[in-house]
Amino acid sequence: MSDAVATPAFTAPTVSFSWRRAVPLLLVAPLVLYMLVFYAVPVISMLLRSVNEPTWTLANYTALADDPVFIKTFSITLNTAFIVTLATLLLGYPMALGLVRAKTMAPLILIVILLPFWTSVLVRSYAWMVLLGRHGLINEALLAAGFIDRPIRLLNTPLATQIAMTHILLPYMILPIANALRQIDPSLERAASGLGATPWRTFRQVTLPLSMPGVAAGVLLVFVLSLGFYITPAMVGGPRDITLSMLIAQSVDQLNWAYAATLAAVLLATALALIAAAQRLPGVGNAFKMNMR
Amino acid sequence: MSAQRLFSAVVVGLILLFLALPIVVVGVVSFSSATYLTFPPPAFGLNWYAAYFGSADWLRPTWLSIWVAACVVVLSTVLGTLASLGIARLPRPLRVMATGLILSPLIVPVIVVAIGIYYSFSRYGLIGTPIAMVLAHTCLAVPFVVTSVSASLAGIDPRLEQAALGLGATPGSTFWQVTLPLIRPGVLVGALFAFITSFDELVVSLFLSGSGAITLPRRMWDDLRFQIEPTIAAVSTLTIVLTAALLFSAHLLRKRIDQTRTATSS
Repeated sequence: MSDAVATPAFTAPTVSFSWRRAVPLLLVAPLVLYMLVFYAVPVISMLLRSVNEPTWTLANYTALADDPVFIKTFSITLNTAFIVTLATLLLGYPMALGLVRAKTMAPLILIVILLPFWTSVLVRSYAWMVLLGRHGLINEALLAAGFIDRPIRLLNTPLATQIAMTHILLPYMILPIANALRQIDPSLERAASGLGATPWRTFRQVTLPLSMPGVAAGVLLVFVLSLGFYITPAMVGGPRDITLSMLIAQSVDQLNWAYAATLAAVLLATALALIAAAQRLPGVGNAFKMNMR
Repeated sequence: MSAQRLFSAVVVGLILLFLALPIVVVGVVSFSSATYLTFPPPAFGLNWYAAYFGSADWLRPTWLSIWVAACVVVLSTVLGTLASLGIARLPRPLRVMATGLILSPLIVPVIVVAIGIYYSFSRYGLIGTPIAMVLAHTCLAVPFVVTSVSASLAGIDPRLEQAALGLGATPGSTFWQVTLPLIRPGVLVGALFAFITSFDELVVSLFLSGSGAITLPRRMWDDLRFQIEPTIAAVSTLTIVLTAALLFSAHLLRKRIDQTRTATSS
């Protein structure tokens, strides 16, 4: 939020001072009330189910330490998030570099990045079902090339989840990195190569360090978002590879609200802690702003 | 140097292929004549589009999704635009709290939002009603409206509003005749994103739609649990085309925002 529209210097004579001060409050109040009633209070009262049964207690949380289902689910969730973050970084950085350095092609590249970005997660997960299925494009291509004799199992494996999530989250990595790269003064890179640095050395010692705030924002964003994935692992993942979100949904189906609320609180706390930790890194906040706009 | 250029072009091309391929494949499959899912299709036809447009089972959820998204657009755009006008002028502690609350759906895992709303709405018998969908989707859409409108408000020269007030305009007519025309592109971009957010939303809908308010994503999800017949490919392609059309409009509007910005700041 910017302060550009701050306090007009001129005060209209017909409007009293206190009334003018109340106007911003009255403008914001309807939305804040709406969000409290239909979002914050419902979520918080659900989360309270984790600590108030039958009396106030943290027993649900301490029990998680010896809960093999939770431990397995949480480690699958974290593991998936690590792999997806690494994969999006490896693919996203060169893509961001290509986007920033492209001149005439840049609008076209941006469209190819943004169209999947705004296509629903459901449609993109379905697309990967089509690609990875027994008679999907990848199996047919591998058969035709003679690499395999009969279709291999790709769909409903952890690999399928990782590939589809990498595809879905890649734009979240590309956009903050591209934003950071765009802010680098081009004369710095010219100076480095003018002083005799090879392109690789210019990249390693000038471009890469200056783009780190974007990398940090992208890594944070992808990691936090992948912690909460539900649709994609449920559709393309293995039947036994349950993520935290899937376990939460299952517990709700079984009306085990105390357990569901405990898991939801753990998921939320993990996401918020990561974001709070990253806020301390310089420049991350700025890279975030661009992404949300 | 040129070998290096070629190498980086190939790398960028491959990553673009990875991004675009799934969407292209869905489009191609939707025109398949086969009755099962196979790639490449044996022949092409419009069977799956005919199946979609001929089936009330598909059209009813489509209309519900459009209707819900339209209500979400109205509600989130009005609430979000009003809030954006006020939020920058709030005293700092209030501003931080209000911004945190309004933007938090962007970072709170959607499953947490979904089961929270489900937990509370089920007590009031709202599950399976379109109203529940509208109320819940609006919470998820509002951050996009507020960020978009706030961005275009930040680009306005405050002297324009001051001039209107100074020339004797009431705050109300200053808003309608000066501020709103200047931020209109930002409001429209926010409205478009609100529409897409609601139209594509599945996780909250899975919990709230019950048996009485089946939206299009929920209908697709139900279908995918049992089979992956190519009707879904036709529906997916239609939603991709709709999204692309909306994004293109948003892009054109954003260009107008930038033009307004340069025009007012010069």
